[in-house]
Amino acid sequence: MDEGWFANVDWAEIGQASLDTLVMLLGSLLASIALGLPLGVLLFLTGRRQLLEQPAVYAVVSFVVNVLRSVPFIILLIVMIPFTVLLVGTSLGVAGAIPPLVIGTAPFFARLVESALREVDRGIIEACQAMGATTRQIVFGALLPEALPGLIAGATVTAIALVSYTAMAGVIGAGGLGDLAVRFGYQRFQTDVMIVTVVLLLVLVQLLQMLGDRLVARVSRR
Amino acid sequence: MIEFQGVYKDYAGVRALQPIDLSIGRGEVFGVIGHSGAGKSTLLRTINLIERPSGGRLLLEGRDVTGVDGEALRALRRRIGMIFQHFNLLSSKTVAQNVAFPLRLAGRARADVERRVRELLSRVGLEAHADKYPAQLSGGQKQRVGIARALANGPDVLLCDEATSALDPETTASVLELLGGLNRELGLTIVLITHEMDVIRRVCDRVAVLDAGRLVESGSVADVFLHPVHPTTRRFVLEAERIDERERREDLAHARGRIVRLTFRGEATYAPLLGRVARESGVDYSILGGRIDRIRDTPYGQLTLALVGGDVERALGAFAEAGVRVEEVA
Repeated sequence: MDEGWFANVDWAEIGQASLDTLVMLLGSLLASIALGLPLGVLLFLTGRRQLLEQPAVYAVVSFVVNVLRSVPFIILLIVMIPFTVLLVGTSLGVAGAIPPLVIGTAPFFARLVESALREVDRGIIEACQAMGATTRQIVFGALLPEALPGLIAGATVTAIALVSYTAMAGVIGAGGLGDLAVRFGYQRFQTDVMIVTVVLLLVLVQLLQMLGDRLVARVSRR
Repeated sequence: MIEFQGVYKDYAGVRALQPIDLSIGRGEVFGVIGHSGAGKSTLLRTINLIERPSGGRLLLEGRDVTGVDGEALRALRRRIGMIFQHFNLLSSKTVAQNVAFPLRLAGRARADVERRVRELLSRVGLEAHADKYPAQLSGGQKQRVGIARALANGPDVLLCDEATSALDPETTASVLELLGGLNRELGLTIVLITHEMDVIRRVCDRVAVLDAGRLVESGSVADVFLHPVHPTTRRFVLEAERIDERERREDLAHARGRIVRLTFRGEATYAPLLGRVARESGVDYSILGGRIDRIRDTPYGQLTLALVGGDVERALGAFAEAGVRVEEVA
């Protein structure tokens, strides 16, 4: 073993792990948004005194969302394995990590979407109705654009939650920085590897937050 | 144009609006006044069926629309513009995009939309602000955007929901002037609700007074404003004239003689009547209070006099003959 501060660190491996983390993050973020956005809109529209008030639909969707959100992610990772294999052919690696990540965060994002839409002034919905808008026109023409800053802030929070989830996915062999931290930093007591991975994750979170804040400021017209 | 036939509205078993019978004519500026919670907002929203009546019939141009829904309802709503106390503009869209919004909803062609938006913005005096966002505008400018948006599809009716209540007096005056102009020039039927008698006085032709969900008084603004009957109406009028009823009663208690209130309307307002009647009847008078103002475009004057000595009956006869309405004040 070499001497020096970062003797155990294999920078090529760190690079690969960082890349894996980014791919997992991006892939599951996009999928979470694609799934969570319509789910959040559905929750909002079917909620009490909303455009498509449907207490039964709301209760069911809300219940499923709550159940998925209350399962600890580490358990969801394990429970999902058969389903993941069915879906992407493996439960390992980056591909194997994405399905549990999406199921873990899409319901979370859906709730953020629902609350962002509730922040939109009811008067705006009323004005649209008075103009003879259909529900679809209200959602796409007014609600989503008006809620955009809130939606981006929600996506930022979701992305950051995903960073920690990707690290956890390392435990079931997903690859990425978390996997590195577990296998080398924890199981082999290579503290330097642990420090490098933690610092990289920290930088990633900071960058995501900054990017999110900038985007929110850019689209905000209030 | 708009006819309520026994329209009422219940919320969770509570009657918010008692059966209303009311008819609003084409080209009319019709005001509904009431305190908050009186049901005026509900009444206004039944016209475009944002609030569906619990019973009764609503007729628009003689057609029963009470049960209309789906595409027919949306088509009907495009014929009825609406503006709001808090403007309800889309904060994520520019002024021009806000005005274009109802046109796009109606599926108008792009070139058509652009031309119409320019036309509407110049109508409300906001050409220079087309690319600004609502947050960059003053309250009066926001309401002008609201008006331009409401007019986009060329409606027959404009509903105004406390449209000036969030504005300062000067801005209120300019918005009311704009509404009056739209009524005159486009023949637009306007229904407005407010809690300020002054707003009614300045733009409305007729007025209805709502109290606790009940229509308690209605008629031409001049009749209702100058000779209020229901206590609620009286309070609104006194509020508008900034008169304290108790103080006024104390003032009158000091006066000697017969106390009468004279109401002049139109040309009579400017006639040099008082001196002539006093000379002819030998009656002396002291002025206890009065004002000269306008109801929409009609001038009026209202004077409270104490008449002393001479032939009081003859004086009162002479006033009545000159078209002045005389009321004894107790």
